[in-house]
Amino acid sequence: MSLPEFLGRRLLQLVPTLLFILIVVFVLVRLLPGDPASAILGDRALDADVERINRELGLDRPLPVQFWAFLKSVATGNLGNSISMKIPVTQLIWERLPITMLLTFMAATIAVVVAVPLAFVAALRRDRVADSVIRGGFQVGLSMPVFYVGLILLTVFGAKLRWFPVGGYGDGFLDHLYHLFLPAVTLALSLSAILMRNLRSAIIGVVDAEYVTFARAKGLRARLILFRHVLRNALISTLALFGLSIGTLLGGAVITETVFAVPGAGRLMIDSIYGRDYPVVQGLTIALAVLVSVTFVLTDILQAWLDPRVTR
Amino acid sequence: MSGPVLRVRDLITTFGQGAQALCAVDGVSFDVGPGEVLGLVGESGSGKSVTLRSLLRLLPAGGHVAGRVEWQGRDVLAMSEAELRGVRGGQISMIFQEPMTALNPVLPVRVQIEENLRAHTDLDGRGRRARSRELMDLVGIPDAGRRLDEYPHQFSGGMRQRVMIAIALASDPKLLLADEPTTALDVTIQDQILHLILDLRDALAMSVVFVTHDLGVVSATCDRMAVMYAGRIVEEGAVRDVFAGPRHAYTRGLLGSIPQAGAERSMLLSIEGTPPGLAAIPPGCAFNPRCDFATEICRAVRPDLAEMAPVHRAACHNAEAVAAAGSPVRSALADG
Repeated sequence: MSLPEFLGRRLLQLVPTLLFILIVVFVLVRLLPGDPASAILGDRALDADVERINRELGLDRPLPVQFWAFLKSVATGNLGNSISMKIPVTQLIWERLPITMLLTFMAATIAVVVAVPLAFVAALRRDRVADSVIRGGFQVGLSMPVFYVGLILLTVFGAKLRWFPVGGYGDGFLDHLYHLFLPAVTLALSLSAILMRNLRSAIIGVVDAEYVTFARAKGLRARLILFRHVLRNALISTLALFGLSIGTLLGGAVITETVFAVPGAGRLMIDSIYGRDYPVVQGLTIALAVLVSVTFVLTDILQAWLDPRVTR
Repeated sequence: MSGPVLRVRDLITTFGQGAQALCAVDGVSFDVGPGEVLGLVGESGSGKSVTLRSLLRLLPAGGHVAGRVEWQGRDVLAMSEAELRGVRGGQISMIFQEPMTALNPVLPVRVQIEENLRAHTDLDGRGRRARSRELMDLVGIPDAGRRLDEYPHQFSGGMRQRVMIAIALASDPKLLLADEPTTALDVTIQDQILHLILDLRDALAMSVVFVTHDLGVVSATCDRMAVMYAGRIVEEGAVRDVFAGPRHAYTRGLLGSIPQAGAERSMLLSIEGTPPGLAAIPPGCAFNPRCDFATEICRAVRPDLAEMAPVHRAACHNAEAVAAAGSPVRSALADG
């Protein structure tokens, strides 16, 4: 199988995945307690008005018919209108999701930048002081809840030291990065701990591999052996874990955005769930699910590039 | 040039420290002459592979080597890292038992050959490409130009071992250390690889140290052999002499356990028991609990290697009794 063929197959696999996501979202939203009509009209609505709204929204039709209509509108990029804000859901998503994506991207970058070098130090100084300090430190980081870490960072670096803003998103790209730094660090903490532990044990496994001994027997420099022979092989398994973690990271963004008052998709999701703004919840869920699926595909591509055994 | 190319003296390899230290190689000495193929023979755990790796200081973390390994008048064990890098792969190369695990799975073969050339030669990119192709031809891999860009998993077992040999030979080493290079291969392929190594020995004027547990391989390829047991050499001599008249009870036991093609059906001799663990090596001769010839002295005093005949040494208190018992190997194999 060549790389383009692999790509084609992997993209084709996205179709059933996305269809399944749509079915789950469609069913879930209809299983939620409360209904849109009473959300729009309030608790004291007359039955006649509820019926009228249901008819207008198409909610009185049989489920398969509703699903077909739902599929058609999603396919044409129409996710309906927000009940509370009276604007198209797609517009809301375009406004809010990029903020969450930037936050997640920053968190992922920070996690990688922190985890990879420390994993190397820990693995190559296995069972020595540096290894214990690094692993102990991350153990603490891993065992603290996201919102608690967020509040501590906010108190120390935001309120006390005033190095970073305590909330909001700012104006302009650099200002965005500045505002999102603390939330991103908060979000990155547990991921970097997981990545560090995984990569550390992967490196330890690879260092003992026979091909590393063979590389040493060739008389190569230690640094070349480390980067060409050890790192690349060790990264293969850690990369898979990293891809899977992106979904968790997006979930964590919901909490982090709430703590740091970042107006991203996470905040929008919470607000919409409280406000029973079903079209928004539905649209956001689809958008996030698509985002995670695409991340998985990207991970697979990167993995195929790192590990030729995947495609050849 | 006469005189040995490699002189190993009192090689001691330990793992761990202090009271818990385990001694895997215990005072091993041998020479390798120019163009000579020396077989290092023994069961699993006898210390033969560790001995081989100790020569280039290729031990896992926690391993420590003492003694002298003289290569071209210099002690490998005393070299700086930079000097050692020049010897490794450049003057002394090593090939391993399992080519699937000894080749990096994520790098094309070309990279794995050319990195050796880059480390030890002044060839430019074009020169390295030409040399890689030449090496693939040398070890008998057809369609070298295309196959250089393939990955190890795209080669068959025998071809993979050829790739490993091509990598090891890239910079014209004068000594090849081979750690059971045919054990993981089919019998027919084994034979091809053994012939390849012998042909290359002749063509490149190399010496070879061949670690194996397979005495058939030793008789087919080696000039001299050293038998190891529990980290020590127990018998050493020309392959023909040792096969015809073993002087150590362990060697005799090993020779008796080779099935012989074409021989009348007879019981294979086997050696009772298993080799001792490194932490529980018996006092006296390490082999005495498994030995049919063992006497009182074997349980008390460790025998030293002694000259039994010209260039035939053995470490056995009852060497005469063993010699009198004769060789279990039919002369056909010894002459082979």
